Amino acid sequence: MAHHNQPSKGFIPRFKNLLRDEERGEEEGCKDPAVERIVDGFIHFKTCVFDKNPEIFGPLAEAQHPKFLVFACSDSRVSPSHVLNFHLGEAFMARNIANLVPAFNQLRYSDVGAIIEYAVGNLKVENILVMGHSRCGGIERLMSLPQDGSTTYDFVDDWVKVALPAKIKVKSEYGNLSAEEQNAKCEREAVNLSLSNLLTYPYVRSGLENKTLALRGGHYDFVEGKFELWEFKAVVTPPINIPPIDI
Amino acid sequence: MAILPPPPSVSKNPFSSSALTPSRTSTIFDSKVKSREIEHSHLSLFTGFYMSSGLKLKAARKSVGLTKELKTDKMETKVGTANECDLFDEMKHRFLSFKHQKYMEDFEHYQNLANGQAPKFMVIACADSRVCPSNILGFQPGEAFVVRNVANMVPPCETGPSETNAALEFAVNSIKVENILVIGHSCCGGIRALMSMQDEEDSSFIRSWVLVGKNARLNTKAAASNLNFDHQCRHCEKESVNCSLKNLLTYPWIKEKVIKGILSLHGGYYNFVDCTFEKWTLDYEGSHWEESDKFAVKNRSFWS
Repeated sequence: MAHHNQPSKGFIPRFKNLLRDEERGEEEGCKDPAVERIVDGFIHFKTCVFDKNPEIFGPLAEAQHPKFLVFACSDSRVSPSHVLNFHLGEAFMARNIANLVPAFNQLRYSDVGAIIEYAVGNLKVENILVMGHSRCGGIERLMSLPQDGSTTYDFVDDWVKVALPAKIKVKSEYGNLSAEEQNAKCEREAVNLSLSNLLTYPYVRSGLENKTLALRGGHYDFVEGKFELWEFKAVVTPPINIPPIDI
Repeated sequence: MAILPPPPSVSKNPFSSSALTPSRTSTIFDSKVKSREIEHSHLSLFTGFYMSSGLKLKAARKSVGLTKELKTDKMETKVGTANECDLFDEMKHRFLSFKHQKYMEDFEHYQNLANGQAPKFMVIACADSRVCPSNILGFQPGEAFVVRNVANMVPPCETGPSETNAALEFAVNSIKVENILVIGHSCCGGIRALMSMQDEEDSSFIRSWVLVGKNARLNTKAAASNLNFDHQCRHCEKESVNCSLKNLLTYPWIKEKVIKGILSLHGGYYNFVDCTFEKWTLDYEGSHWEESDKFAVKNRSFWS
């Protein structure tokens, strides 16, 4: 169900004059409202944020030291920069359909692998947050995939199957719930699945063992205006020694 | 505050509920009244970066504690594993600030959004913490479907299904966005890795992924070999955006819409050293595809 978007509050007409004076090489007649929207957004950022905080942006231009790696959905309504107010420099952010993290697979999923490798190995983030959300189209697609294996969307269907174990779990434990309720359960189960898939990356695993890394799951409900946050912990207890029996 | 149950041990079946029970669940405020009470006591700790102009700078200076590890009496919580309660509190405060300053202020808009999204843009940006499109281009909730990966790359269709092209398919065929904007940026670690890659290196995820941009590297080496390495990287950052735009056209359902004029492909480059933004649009009709593999560009502009 598509709704017409209301004009954004970020629209600042008066700054457009500033821009017009500085534009170079702009062709005549480029009045695309989509482009105007971006221009306004950038001017607002530059004049109200960047130029006024050189002590932040100077060092940031030299290097980034984010403490977070965040996996969030590509959905236009759930940017962690809005919902959790992440400022520039704070979070290395991966966004994909249904905020999924597949298990370690160098052939199939080098895109996600590169993100984790860079964030944990190079940037040494201390926290990984996987953030799900309500009414996720990707989860909905997963839960309603046809049984006969036919597909409408080649790439989307292939991708959301990363979360198939979560779907199986939900169908078996909550099969009596409505489709909408099952989807809501799956949104959270998929986050937990992604968190456990993170353990298949060796640098994540050692980060957890050395206690230099924490894994957290989240769920943003934009219908009710709620946020749930939980931590994912895995413990390996010390072994008990079973002495040999003398026969 | 929830009391922490003992942490679960890892069992052989990773999906049994006893093994993966989250150790702590805190539902953060689902009523207006409750959230207001907490908000008053903690608002001073965390206000958003981009709210009323009077509060902006103050908030910015306090918030800097996270990136610059300044120690103030409230911000001494270095965000990390050692201070779990502080980290949860912080997330809570940030969410409540968002809820109050944005969500409740514009409640009807958010309720409409909850029923469905209709963004006009799909943005492909780097995962780099310094280049979030919501911040630098001011995209508000509902405006842009965003994909973020290392070095903002788009693999061509023939490489098969992946995270990025699943998002492309959803955005173009399901949501029906009208614009795709690929944004590159300065000092990109992924591009640097691409440019400094040697043949005999061990394989790694980063290496496997950035090879998507190998044409950009070849073009850069051909066109800019006389420049120093940093300038070559800068050249490659922009060249990679153009290669991604070309790769977008390898998807038949994208090409079809571009030809019909209902989908526009744009490139962008954000330089965070001097805070400038460059933008251009792929001119499909003006390109001579039979003659060269370079495409024509229109509506180029530079904002500083």
